[in-house]
Amino acid sequence: MAETAQMQVSDEVAIRINNMNKWYGAFHVLRDIDLTVHRGERIVICGPSGSGKSTLIRCINALEEHQKGSIEVDGTLLSSDLKNIDKIRSEVGMCFQHFNLFPHLTILENCTLAPIWVRKTPKKEAEETAMHFLEKVKIPDQANKYPGQLSGGQQQRVAIARSLCMRPRIMLFDEPTSALDPEMIKEVLDTMIELAEEGMTMLCVTHEMGFARQVANRVIFMDEGQIVEQNEPEAFFNNPQSPRTQLFLSQILGH
Amino acid sequence: MTTLTDPPKESFRPSMLLSDTRYRSITFQVIALVLLIAAIWYLGSNLAANLRAAGLNISFQFLNNPAGYDINQTLIPYTSQSSNLQAAWVGIINTLLVSFLACITATIFGVIAGVLRLSNNWLVRKLMAGYVEIFRNIPVLIWILIIYTIMTAAMPAPSAFRGDDPASSMMLGSFAFTNRGVYIPGPIWGPGSTIVVATFVASVIGVFAYRRYATKLLYDTGRLLPMLWPSVVILLVPTIVMFFFLGMPIGLDYPALKGFNFRGGIQIGAPLIALWFALSIYTGAFIAENVRAGIQAVSKGQTEAAAALGLRSGRIMNLVVLPQALRVIIPPLISNYLNITKNSSLAILVGYADITATLGGITLNQTGRAIECVVLLMLFYLVISLGISMVMNVYNNATKLKER
Amino acid sequence: MSDTHAESIAFVRESSLPPAAPPEKVGGPFKWVKDNLFPTWANAILTIVALYFLYLLLSGSLPWLLNGVWNASSLSECREILDGATGACFSVISERWHQLLFGFKYPSDQYWRPTLALVLLFLAVAPVLFIDLPRKLLIFTGIYPFLAFWLIWGGPIWGPVFALLGVIVGYMVYARLVHNSFAKALAGGIVAAAIVWYVGGIIGDALRPARPLLEAVPSRDLGGFMLNMMLGITCVSLSLPIGIALALGRQSHLPIVKGICVVFIEFVRGVPLITLLFVANVMLAYFFPPGSGVDLFIRVVIMITMFSSAYIAEVIRGGLAALPKGQYEAADSLGLDYPQAMRLIILPQALKISIPGIVNIAVGLFKDTTLVSVISLFDIIGMIRGPILASTDWNGVYWELFLFASVLFFIVCYGISQYSQWLERRLATDHR
Ligand SMILES: Nc1ncnc2c1ncn2[C@@H]1O[C@H](COP(=O)(O)OP(=O)(O)OP(=O)(O)O)[C@@H](O)[C@H]1O
Ligand SMILES: [Mg+2]
Repeated sequence: MAETAQMQVSDEVAIRINNMNKWYGAFHVLRDIDLTVHRGERIVICGPSGSGKSTLIRCINALEEHQKGSIEVDGTLLSSDLKNIDKIRSEVGMCFQHFNLFPHLTILENCTLAPIWVRKTPKKEAEETAMHFLEKVKIPDQANKYPGQLSGGQQQRVAIARSLCMRPRIMLFDEPTSALDPEMIKEVLDTMIELAEEGMTMLCVTHEMGFARQVANRVIFMDEGQIVEQNEPEAFFNNPQSPRTQLFLSQILGH
Repeated sequence: MTTLTDPPKESFRPSMLLSDTRYRSITFQVIALVLLIAAIWYLGSNLAANLRAAGLNISFQFLNNPAGYDINQTLIPYTSQSSNLQAAWVGIINTLLVSFLACITATIFGVIAGVLRLSNNWLVRKLMAGYVEIFRNIPVLIWILIIYTIMTAAMPAPSAFRGDDPASSMMLGSFAFTNRGVYIPGPIWGPGSTIVVATFVASVIGVFAYRRYATKLLYDTGRLLPMLWPSVVILLVPTIVMFFFLGMPIGLDYPALKGFNFRGGIQIGAPLIALWFALSIYTGAFIAENVRAGIQAVSKGQTEAAAALGLRSGRIMNLVVLPQALRVIIPPLISNYLNITKNSSLAILVGYADITATLGGITLNQTGRAIECVVLLMLFYLVISLGISMVMNVYNNATKLKER
Repeated sequence: MSDTHAESIAFVRESSLPPAAPPEKVGGPFKWVKDNLFPTWANAILTIVALYFLYLLLSGSLPWLLNGVWNASSLSECREILDGATGACFSVISERWHQLLFGFKYPSDQYWRPTLALVLLFLAVAPVLFIDLPRKLLIFTGIYPFLAFWLIWGGPIWGPVFALLGVIVGYMVYARLVHNSFAKALAGGIVAAAIVWYVGGIIGDALRPARPLLEAVPSRDLGGFMLNMMLGITCVSLSLPIGIALALGRQSHLPIVKGICVVFIEFVRGVPLITLLFVANVMLAYFFPPGSGVDLFIRVVIMITMFSSAYIAEVIRGGLAALPKGQYEAADSLGLDYPQAMRLIILPQALKISIPGIVNIAVGLFKDTTLVSVISLFDIIGMIRGPILASTDWNGVYWELFLFASVLFFIVCYGISQYSQWLERRLATDHR
């Protein structure tokens, strides 16, 4: 991890997934997933469509239930105990492919909603925090607009700010740029790079290989519900081991 | 929501009833169940206490007792000595009759008005909009009363048709509109008439078979047979030939004035007509809106795409627009049929002997068996509604766009 | 076009073309008539048929309408005035005006009370209907039900006052606790309200005046169009919260809760309203504790509310289903719990989508309030069919009365549906 990691990675474990399995009915989506993420690590997950990438990261904040194995986030074991689920969800932020902003609330209200109702932060303080993060994603002047009035890239940055307002220690991204036009992709990636430079622990499903090279300190390739290969970005891209990885890379880098 | 089998090795604590997702849902359901049972028990015990105080019991024995009242429009044998159950059957059949008739005419009114609302003729468009708005925004109960009043107060009595210089005369010599109802010619089934009917049924099947064959031929060999005129020929010619070949076995029985009233033909009582017509024209206004919405829901892009593929306009309608429009039109159409059936219970207003008027009206009042009658009445409508919604679900599932 | 060179392929525009006016339109009323009424032969025939139909309609109704008599005291007097000419006897409406609107038992010196309640109603619903009005007005909307109750039924003022007080206290407790836990807040609010109502009941009994400010009117004296309005408004307002609860229950993952809601909804939607009114009339009384004697008006309100809440639940369920799954997931991923997610994220959006559907149900329900005439309540139809047509003075004046009732219903229902369309257009352009 030496050459890419200008940013610090500690030994502290942020996420530990042990032998995790998940089924949709009889369909085995995730098979024996083992993954340990250290604090400050930036992990990019890629793989063909339907390989279970989304499912994997959605299991981490219990949007999907897993049936076998264990998931531990910041030392909290994800069990059926509601308190643990709530604790993990308030510590893990998530950004979706389609932003999922709340269209009936203004940008500012989108950002203050969870701090007020989940963290019980006073409204004024929550608004200050929200403005702070909106400035960080460079759209403080849109605070009183509604999501529908913003461009896709702006909406995704609001979604990132919304998650950050909960002061998460881990961020999950599920293809945050794949619904965006090329010029908007850059503004969202810039925001994410900035976040990475600040040392946020990030798990990111994306096919933006430039981003992976620049910020990731590990790239994970998934296929058919399994982790097929993982490596540091340089090694992963220049010298893939598994034939399936090679095929995948040749397809997405080929054109 | 989340149930995990692997990690939790901890033992059960009572607080987990609320905090653990595995037990939480069970807790809530048990609470719901207890509340439900408590409510039922409370209502039930009130009912029992009230019945005891009034000296009543629940019994369906009355169904077998003679009804003791006359019904003027029945399709099955009935006299005032028949049982209450038989009266209920008469009612059920009358409900089904008026609902069936009204569904057909309402669909006709609705489709015509809905299509005309999209006409490029300004006057017609406005007239149809007027029809839809006026009928939709005035209670059906008022329409039933209005049309019943037209039937009974504005139509001539049968006696007006009498004499050398009658005040009223029959339309086309065979239809008589009177305040007792409408008299129309009825069919007389002579020997051999079954064969004619059977021929007709066979022709209908033949038309479908032909169209199926033509489509299959198109798919298999690319040859397109004409559709319209062979269908008409197959439908009509064999039946007509058979009819004359067998010496015209089906004749008509015309109503004629005998004494103070009409005899012969079929009498459709004023209450039936009022109810039938009011339900059709009221529901027709709703169906018109559905039809219009359905046609408009098929976007212009679809028509253009089909035209760009080189389909001609008739085919565009049949192959692209109609299948999509029907998908939008049919579900609300069926729920409108359901509404007609339920609204037919307003028969009680005009004295048409449907199930609400017989079982829920006269039988209830004469026997005093309120609870039993109302429960049976609701049961009947429930069966009908659930039956129709089942059909609708099957249809919806069959035509659902396969989308992810 | 001077700088285009047909021979060469490469082309650079050097001067831009100024926009030109479109070619002159051929127009005028004649062209409009031709295009809109007689574009084709079939269409021309259609137009002529329509015109003939219109002529029949107008020639039949106009003389009757215009020649109407407004000031006779009975049908025979009216016929005398008309003297054989066609004409309507609208005098039945002017003579029975109060009966048509308020029924025949409401004390005639108290008609101002329902009238005032109606006027205040407009004030109360205005902030609900028009989102732009100041939100402060909603306070009056909250007070209105209690005020209207007191105005219409009269009697001691303490009942409505303590009822209102209970609601206010309950709401305050709820608002205080809701930040912590919705369940606690709801329970706390209900308990607080119940305490106030209980205490208020005792105090109210003690303070009962010998002669109340407003004379008490029993519910069986209510009637006429007022009864239709009251039933419509009360039942729709009551059925909204119940409908929301049923819709959420039907969406729930808990099989028993879901089952209860499905059975209730499908049962109510499967039977005609009139059978439910029969239940109110002859059956419901048996389910109350012996001797409680709940009056017919309340029993009818209970049944109609059940009826409309099932329909409203289905509309709201449609709204819930129309929301993208991402909204639920985003709420979950932020750590909101179920009541919070529903209250803050899901319901505001789902209800907004459902407004047109709910308005349709409300219009339908309002029309259906006429069914109470079947169980011998004297709403406007009950009045017409009963006391008015049965009186010796006005036996036989059907058309004028039906026309009057139709016009009243048309105005209200058409008005509401126009409002709903306006709102739909407005919401469609709203921040989306
Ligand atoms: N709710 C569900 N029920 C059943 N099967 C599902 C469900 N959600 C996803 N799947 C299946 O699980 C598999 C993995 O889905 P997942 O969304 O995790 O893939 P992915 O790797 O994120 O793909 P993509 O790149 O297209 O987003 C797919 O085959 C999908 O069809
Ligand atoms: Mg995915």
